[in-house]
Amino acid sequence: MIWTNAIIQGLLTGGLYALLACGLSLIFGVMRIVNLSHGDFSILAAYGVVALAMHTNLILAIVLVLPVMALLGYLLQRGVLNRSLSKGALAPLLITFAFSIIIQNVLLQVFSSDNRSVQSGRFASMSFKITKNLQIGALPLFTFIVGVLLTLGLHYFLTYSRVGRALRASSDDPGAADLVGINNKHIYGIATAIGLFAAGIGGVLFGMRTQFAPSFGPVALIFAFESVIIGGLGSLWGTLIGGIVLGIGQSIGAQIQPSYGVLAGHLVFIAILILRPQGLMPKQKGK
Amino acid sequence: MTKLYAVTRGSKLNKVLPVIFTALILALALLPKFLAIPYQVKFVQAFILIILATMWNLLAGFGGLVSIGQQAFIGIGAYSLVYLADVQGLNPFLALALAAAVSGIFAFPLSFLVFRLSGGYFAIGTWVIAEIIKLFVVQVKTLGGGSGISLAAFSGMGRETRIAAIYWSALAAIFLTLLSTILLMRSKLGLALTAIRDDQTAAGVLGVNVLRNRRTVFVLVSIGFGLAGGLIAMSNLRVQPDDIFSVNYSAIMIFMVVIGGLGTIEGPIFGAILYYFLQDRLKDYGTWYLIILGLLGIAIVSLAPEGLWGWISRNKFSLFATKYRISQTSKEKGA
Repeated sequence: MIWTNAIIQGLLTGGLYALLACGLSLIFGVMRIVNLSHGDFSILAAYGVVALAMHTNLILAIVLVLPVMALLGYLLQRGVLNRSLSKGALAPLLITFAFSIIIQNVLLQVFSSDNRSVQSGRFASMSFKITKNLQIGALPLFTFIVGVLLTLGLHYFLTYSRVGRALRASSDDPGAADLVGINNKHIYGIATAIGLFAAGIGGVLFGMRTQFAPSFGPVALIFAFESVIIGGLGSLWGTLIGGIVLGIGQSIGAQIQPSYGVLAGHLVFIAILILRPQGLMPKQKGK
Repeated sequence: MTKLYAVTRGSKLNKVLPVIFTALILALALLPKFLAIPYQVKFVQAFILIILATMWNLLAGFGGLVSIGQQAFIGIGAYSLVYLADVQGLNPFLALALAAAVSGIFAFPLSFLVFRLSGGYFAIGTWVIAEIIKLFVVQVKTLGGGSGISLAAFSGMGRETRIAAIYWSALAAIFLTLLSTILLMRSKLGLALTAIRDDQTAAGVLGVNVLRNRRTVFVLVSIGFGLAGGLIAMSNLRVQPDDIFSVNYSAIMIFMVVIGGLGTIEGPIFGAILYYFLQDRLKDYGTWYLIILGLLGIAIVSLAPEGLWGWISRNKFSLFATKYRISQTSKEKGA
């Protein structure tokens, strides 16, 4: 029963990791940029909600912060990152790493290094009793559902919408996309906007579940990255599965000994890297 | 009208410079006789920064392997030094050399793991490896667990002797790393790396074994990072897992290399010296200092990607004769 519980809690945590990761996966998929500041943007959004929630209610704070994240993504892509794309693979990496350092230290300056959390009141402690020993928290369940819905939404958006088609076209062949009238720079801006919007959702839910500090961005990035690699590059559903596998690995490790949780997750990642480097659900060639 | 061309390496400048460099090294070796202890400590810090920048540049600028996890090998070097000198009771200077070797020995199998990833994912992969090594080190009681371990090997030595000895070790280390970097870049491996840097696919087509050359450079620089880690442990007399495995080392290395000029030998040296003075001036500003470094880094990558050295030399001359170039020896002969 303990193990069933560990697996279920891990599965629900996996939804959170998928939220933190799907923007990373999308930005890489479209522009081949690995956003090293992805986790920091998640934490930035969580701090934004904390700051706004002091003056207004939580829902409104979230509704206000998420579009700002998207706008920030669009502006940073068009203003800074697009220029770096032509300068080789190194430049965007260095720039996003610099974003990471800047965000962490600005947060440190504004909010200090004290732990904060996004207060969601009674919702945080609500739970459903399944059996005598098995309870499912409302917040973890909600996070998981949001993770699945976002993956589903992104899937349909990329497959069927006009902008989604343009995103895939730019990803497959920017030159050809340009020829058929797609403005790649605008499309890249949209990709980063969606990426940071998703990072923001992940960050806010992360901040509801655990306490966080400005230095937590890299932690979020590493979990997101492991989810992407475990799941397989270029596949949104793979990222969701990767997040779930990572979550279950961590919670089984933590069940053995509390301090082994994170380490167990890392070991799952290493095992995948050795045994199945293409990930569990790699994007099929030619698709 | 025939124009004659010659392929040369270096110029007249490069015939004079080795003499100057030798004189400089001799002068630096004599410094502890004249310089107060706090200044010797500052020199050691600057030497360590130059070693770190040179190694990271060799990896990223020439090997094309952008890593943000090389603190793994700094940490392995630092902990190996403390373990070999204190627990095994070896001479600390012998332990320093061995610590560098241990770091290289770790790098070899780890390369098989991280080389499964490429580009940006390689960068984060190396970082995860550094985190994993840290999590393991924290579990080891002999190494002091999470709170770290002090280096006791120097406790019988007077402060003045100790600092001078560390100074000379650091000087020997920087001399060896720079000399090996120059020799490496003049060797076949250096040529292969330059080819890979310029165009990986084209280099592969020409018969350069990209993977093997990259693995070689990954292991070699890890020896250098281990050496730097050992020196850090020696000069701080203490190793703490959260400090020594901190990703801040990567941030600093990237900054030094980018500001100085990626893919040149001179650039990182200038970048390290510049960074040393910047941090000395700005460290009182706390977090603002890192924000300024970040903004400066973005500005340089976007506006002047060739860095400080690229801007000074304009690719016309170099301090170390490693590159071949074509020059016209005589104009319009026999016309």
